[in-house]
Amino acid sequence: MRRNLRLLRVAWMLNVKQLTRSSFDGILAILWPLFFATVAFFMFRAGGDPKALVYASLGAAVMGIWTATSVSAGSALQRERWFGTLELLVAAPAHFSLVLLPLAFATSAIGIYCMTTTLLWGRFVFGIDLHLVHPLLMAAAIPATILSIGALGFLMAVSFARYRTAWALGSMTEYPIWLICGFLVPLALLPGWVHPISWALAPTWGMRAIRESSTGGTPLPDVGMCVLLGSAYIAIGVFVTETVLRAARRSASLSLT
Amino acid sequence: MTSLRIFFVGGQMSYRALFHWMTPQIYVPSLLVAPIFQILLFAYIGRSAGLNSDKFYLVGNSLQYAAVPCLFAMSQLIGGERYQNTLSAILVSPARRIPLFFGRAIPVVANGAFVAAFSLTAGALILRVHIPFSAIPALALVILVAAFSCTGLGLINAALSLAVRENAVLTNVIFGFLLIFTGANVPLDALPGWMSTAAQGLPFTHAIKAARQLADGASFGSVAGIIGVELLVGLCYAAAGYALLRFMEVRSRRNASLERS
Repeated sequence: MRRNLRLLRVAWMLNVKQLTRSSFDGILAILWPLFFATVAFFMFRAGGDPKALVYASLGAAVMGIWTATSVSAGSALQRERWFGTLELLVAAPAHFSLVLLPLAFATSAIGIYCMTTTLLWGRFVFGIDLHLVHPLLMAAAIPATILSIGALGFLMAVSFARYRTAWALGSMTEYPIWLICGFLVPLALLPGWVHPISWALAPTWGMRAIRESSTGGTPLPDVGMCVLLGSAYIAIGVFVTETVLRAARRSASLSLT
Repeated sequence: MTSLRIFFVGGQMSYRALFHWMTPQIYVPSLLVAPIFQILLFAYIGRSAGLNSDKFYLVGNSLQYAAVPCLFAMSQLIGGERYQNTLSAILVSPARRIPLFFGRAIPVVANGAFVAAFSLTAGALILRVHIPFSAIPALALVILVAAFSCTGLGLINAALSLAVRENAVLTNVIFGFLLIFTGANVPLDALPGWMSTAAQGLPFTHAIKAARQLADGASFGSVAGIIGVELLVGLCYAAAGYALLRFMEVRSRRNASLERS
């Protein structure tokens, strides 16, 4: 157990260091959602409702976490494949999911930079004042959201393991998740058939928890759902890892060459 | 004759060689599905903010998304050749530079126009936006001019690729600025004065304006001037891009940095 926890910690640190030194995964992951946040701020400001601006500010902040995760986690295995380290990692005595999970958490942790930058951008450029009604609950909601988004990234990474073009699939999920998890648009505006999909996605609950913490509500049930779904993604991800690796070993197709 | 061959045959061959990796598994999610979701995202934000109609965001985003194929493909013009170790071989060749570079831009313009047209059509069907049938030929022309205009900016991006290693980051940043400034989502009069002034010199601004008027039923004659301005913007960028490309080429030779990767 201690050995596994150490592996998770060391691998997480290593991946965070690697990601922060990459201009694509580091700098762009911060700048990219900022462009969309700026457009959203202008749109909501033109709409003339100050409450909507606060709503957009929180949503845009969480958008960055997903941006940081979707492309990087989606293409995580392909990256290891290019580096020539995938086979070594799979053959290592530690379970492969213990290697991949900290990578996914590292990508979502980069989202903390995006979140902070977007909130500061909203505050100093657009004058959006955020008053936290439940700061302590916000302190619980943010890590829960980041971890659950990381867990979703992990599930995505293992699910795309046998696709050469995983980065394109990961990138493709960026806008849909922004839309259907209610980051900038209330779920009530979306068609009814989209709601069950939204509810099955942890970022939806994370976003709700953050908003409830900020505006004064009951964020704890949302935090609970977020953690529950995140745990479910990890459990499913571990199962998928087993299945995908077994199939890849059987057909000798891990390297996809 | 040789120049014509380099322009048409060389341009087509280099496009096929540089984009051999552009399989349907990449093309469909990146260039066909993503723009539809960008349109939907902003159409719903627009509904939420109570700002404009779906048609406004449909036209704005479908045209603006042509920036992805145009900007990325033009940067690949340099980055891809460098990656394949063919950049120096091309730049030491005696081929005239205008057909060499502009020939490669033709398939890029065609692809950008296709992506925009597909996004507009699919987005209109999904959002049930009505566009008059009579406006379609003029809209096709506007899309083509917009793709040309952005490819002109892409030529500048290609030139910068001779000096910048991480061109994908730069390209995404340019895309982001176009998203904010061109009026694709925020009406120009809702932007600060300096931003709406700067937008007048950017690709897409005039094309989006013309396309919106056409989609609202305006005649081609009434928007011809706006399309002309967009074309002029594109020509200016193409000329500036070509000049910068030549300058960077000379600079890269002098600094022996052509193969820097």
